[in-house]
Amino acid sequence: MLKHLLSCVREYRRPAILAPIYVTMEVVLDILIPFYMGRLLDYGIGKGDMSYVVRTGLLLVVMCLLSLGFGALSGHSAAVAAMGFGKNLRHDMFHHVQTYSFANIDKFSSSSIVTRLTTDVTNIQNAFMMTIRVAVRCPAMLILSMFMAFRINVSLALVFLAALPILGIGIFAIMKSVHPIFRRVFKTYDRLNQVVQENLRGIRVVKSFVREDYEIKKFDQVSDTIFKDFTKAETIIAFNAPLMNFCAFGCMVLVAWIGARLIVTSHETAMSTGQLTSMITYVMQMLMSLMFLSMIAMQIILSRASAERIAEILDEKSSLESPADAVRDVADGSITFDHVTFSYARKAEKPVLQDVDLTIRSGETIGILGGTGSSKSSLVQLIPRLYDVQEGRVLVGGVDVRDYDLESLRDQVAMVLQKNVLFSGSIKDNLRWGKADATDEEMIHACTLSQADGFIREFPDGYDTYIEQGGTNVSGGQRQRLCIARALLKKPKILILDDSTSAVDTHTDAMIRKAFLEEIPDTTKLIIAQRVSSVQDADRIIVLEDGKINGFGTHEELLETNTIYREIYESQTRKEEA
Amino acid sequence: MPPRPNGAHHGPVRVGDVKKNTVVRLLSYLKNYKLLVVLVMIAIILTALSNVLGMTYLQVIVDDYVKPLLLVDNPDFSGLLNVILEMAAVFGVGVVTSLFQGIFMARVAQGVQKKIRDDMFYHMQRLPIKYFDTHTFGDVMSYYTNDVDTLRQMLSQSIPQTVSSIVTIVTVFVTMIVTSPILTLFVILCLVLMLQATKKIGGNSAKFFIAQQKSIGSLNGYIEEMISGQKVVKVFCHEQATMEEFDRRNEALQESATKANIFANILMPIMMNLGNLQYVLVAILGGALAVVSGESLITLGGIMLFLQLSKNFTRPVSQISQQFNSIIMALAGAERIFSLLDEPVEEDQGYVTLVRARENPDGTLTECAERTGTWAWKHPHQADGSVTYTKLTGDVRLFDVDFAYVKGKTVLHDVSLYAKPGQKIAFVGATGAGKTTITNLINRFYDIADGKIRYDGININKIRKPDLRRSLGMVLQDVNLFTGTVMDNIRYGKLDATDEACIAAAKLANAHDFIMMLPQGYQTVLSGDGSGLSQGQRQLLSIARAAVADPPVMILDEATASCIYTQKGNKKIRKPQAANQTALIFDRRAAARLLSINSIRRLCWS
Repeated sequence: MLKHLLSCVREYRRPAILAPIYVTMEVVLDILIPFYMGRLLDYGIGKGDMSYVVRTGLLLVVMCLLSLGFGALSGHSAAVAAMGFGKNLRHDMFHHVQTYSFANIDKFSSSSIVTRLTTDVTNIQNAFMMTIRVAVRCPAMLILSMFMAFRINVSLALVFLAALPILGIGIFAIMKSVHPIFRRVFKTYDRLNQVVQENLRGIRVVKSFVREDYEIKKFDQVSDTIFKDFTKAETIIAFNAPLMNFCAFGCMVLVAWIGARLIVTSHETAMSTGQLTSMITYVMQMLMSLMFLSMIAMQIILSRASAERIAEILDEKSSLESPADAVRDVADGSITFDHVTFSYARKAEKPVLQDVDLTIRSGETIGILGGTGSSKSSLVQLIPRLYDVQEGRVLVGGVDVRDYDLESLRDQVAMVLQKNVLFSGSIKDNLRWGKADATDEEMIHACTLSQADGFIREFPDGYDTYIEQGGTNVSGGQRQRLCIARALLKKPKILILDDSTSAVDTHTDAMIRKAFLEEIPDTTKLIIAQRVSSVQDADRIIVLEDGKINGFGTHEELLETNTIYREIYESQTRKEEA
Repeated sequence: MPPRPNGAHHGPVRVGDVKKNTVVRLLSYLKNYKLLVVLVMIAIILTALSNVLGMTYLQVIVDDYVKPLLLVDNPDFSGLLNVILEMAAVFGVGVVTSLFQGIFMARVAQGVQKKIRDDMFYHMQRLPIKYFDTHTFGDVMSYYTNDVDTLRQMLSQSIPQTVSSIVTIVTVFVTMIVTSPILTLFVILCLVLMLQATKKIGGNSAKFFIAQQKSIGSLNGYIEEMISGQKVVKVFCHEQATMEEFDRRNEALQESATKANIFANILMPIMMNLGNLQYVLVAILGGALAVVSGESLITLGGIMLFLQLSKNFTRPVSQISQQFNSIIMALAGAERIFSLLDEPVEEDQGYVTLVRARENPDGTLTECAERTGTWAWKHPHQADGSVTYTKLTGDVRLFDVDFAYVKGKTVLHDVSLYAKPGQKIAFVGATGAGKTTITNLINRFYDIADGKIRYDGININKIRKPDLRRSLGMVLQDVNLFTGTVMDNIRYGKLDATDEACIAAAKLANAHDFIMMLPQGYQTVLSGDGSGLSQGQRQLLSIARAAVADPPVMILDEATASCIYTQKGNKKIRKPQAANQTALIFDRRAAARLLSINSIRRLCWS
């Protein structure tokens, strides 16, 4: 997992390696500075030797400037490396998601992919920057301080070693007891967000059913859990600072006591007053770096979950790929289902489509009817190979869809999805999804066919009208007609409308079908619809029931032979007579 | 729908932008924790004092003990030991108080956070639909996530740290002046220089951080839009173009993020080394002073102490400047939270309530507690204090109704229509003709501008909103389910419904069959707005949810778009209940079959 993530460093390897090197240099200087400061005190000020003070002082000034330089360099490299790493990571993930098949997308929900691409990447990016800066700085600081402290006086430095286990065990105990609580808190936070989000989306439902108090109760429970857990966690964390202070001040007191005695008894031969201050500085530095180190460890542990979630995205293999020597030309718009059996999950008990066998000629208009859950959408999604069949074959233009280059196939099979979306941008921008270099005339033509031209012209900005994200500023029916126009611009050999006119009124619906018949007679048209009137003038109609073909024929044939069709027809027409 | 503004950008904030009463209001949340807050403050002050005072013992030890003891032959360490113990005691107090500070602070910070969160949610439930129609969900969500979190950080970290820094600065400053006024002056000079440097770098870094924030917004927005439309991207083979645009925004983010982080990263080494430089200069200056004056102006121990102090002086100053930024950010967040809390709540001047009633032989109604199947409107008359009961029948009438979401843009004009008990009324019309609007008016999500709506002869403005809405069964255009089991979702319509009642409702809506096909039947957990179900199935569930409430008036807004002819399903939902139910069916297709109502045309093409 780590290897996979680290491979994203790529062109930023140089700064990623330089940053810790600069950090090390900086640390060396940071250690030497208190050492020379101690000497300045002892040999300069202590002995009243002003020339020594100035000499060492100048040396110290140079060291400070150098340390500043290295610090700036390390900060620079670390930022470049970490942000570059983040960019590559996002790039890899996003590009990889683009290769996903529908089955892959179904597996991760889109909101989960978004979180992984945003929050999780930020977490990792920050952890990475921290690692190459602070994670190097602290151990280096620790080791060098220890080295210097031992050089000054071994027995005094040992005081620090005594504090080490207390601090270590204390921090470990705190982390260990806090970690599971935090994990739980994060989960509860997700639940809290979910409650708020669902409440916001469903506010009309909440208000219609007068469920405000019920919602408040639901929210209260979650909010209370967070309060209790978080308070518990923070109370445990509250021990952190006193523990740290205890160790630091304890060391200081001991060093002061032992050091002072040592200075006096040895008459400043074993240790000088200046060395005493240096010693205290070193001990403090050691403890500080230990403290930081434990914090980083915590951070890295927390970001591990993010790393795992990112790796899941990168490791997901697309379940659909174009074959090696793919067919690129789609001969015509004929479609054949050859004993097709299909289910979304491999282990599903009952297949979604069972032994479907049918042939559609190029240029035919086919209506598809069936109740809720009769697998209408599943059937048509196999044609542009959005999913792969389990058994049997789907042929387009006489060639198995699995032998086509995916892009060539999908360019010829235009599909208007049930859950269709428009993207933020002008109407023209959206239409160009169908054809990148479409001329104004082509766009107007497509919109005329889909009966969208009329309302577009009524907008003050016409075809340049800005569409909000998700197309929220146009009505449902308008959105559907724009989506149809977008698909028409592809000039496909096969056009599939998956319940794409459900929000369009009957009259306009009929106009669209009429335009199809007159203007694109050679295109095979598959129309999934709810009302019989939308399909009854189709060349043939497929009646689906429980994933099986129940009837396939013209309106008149089906009326005579197919009970389901007749029932639907009657239920939809009888009341008109009444 | 009224216009929805673009997501408001949480731009940069300046000190002047934060209103004073935001601070006051925020402080009022501490009211319940008066004692704890006082204790925390005492603890912070004691901790800071003990840390500073403890440090001063170093001078005492060197000057008063080590140096004199060096001069005697048989040193007596008992005095030294006493001072050391004193020092340990001072430090000890700090350790204990810092523990209390942390524990108390956790309670206060979490308590305030919870209170604010709860207040927001309570208040949100009382807001009119208009609020939700005019604010993006993302913005409201960020109040709960980002804004509350920055507030918590401010309470539990920034404020204690700032207080402690101030205490430290004051104490250190006083000690420094006592030790050496001349050197103190010099340290102040250095400090001014350092602050100037921080300001310059900090200002630059703020500029880049704002740029970074902008690029993050742009990239995340793009990611969200494209990933949620990923299937459309695939169908149009638009992957290449999508990736190119993504790369463009991704690189823009990298550029601004790199710049911002470089500045943030080099701030620390600069501050630290300026501190070091100051240390050296103080040492040289102090040394010179000591040598020149023969330790009369400052002693050796004094210099040592002063050096330590000067370091302790600059650190809290730079800490405050760092905390300052996050405090400003948190206050800006608090302001957004308060703006939500200040939104006017849905007004309800209704006084007519819905009560269970028993029908007396003489045709009058008596209020009763037990279930009778009969409901009545309890109408108290203010004039004479009498109470009348009107039987709930579901007679809805609109008289000359005018309505506009936005002033000046009339959606409905002079609309009149009526639905007698047991009648089914269908509204037809192209999208945008105002069908959904009428549902919004009947249950008073919005109030009409002119005209009257009467319900069983009562002006709906007089009916208490919860009672009015309880009497109306709504199946809305957009289906919204909640995380929970299928059973929970149906029961949402009537919280005390038995399992059997829920199943019966599901059967009525023809949802029973597909529910039984789900892995755990009625106990199947739906998550993420029931995303595992098809559009049609979700709609059937929402019909079942309304059916379980068995309201006298049913409003189906496009509810049957995806499931219009699930065999006998729809006939079922209408027929058995039609006898005593008013069904307002806002649905083009149903209308095709119910075209006998004349008032429709006037309505729909308004």
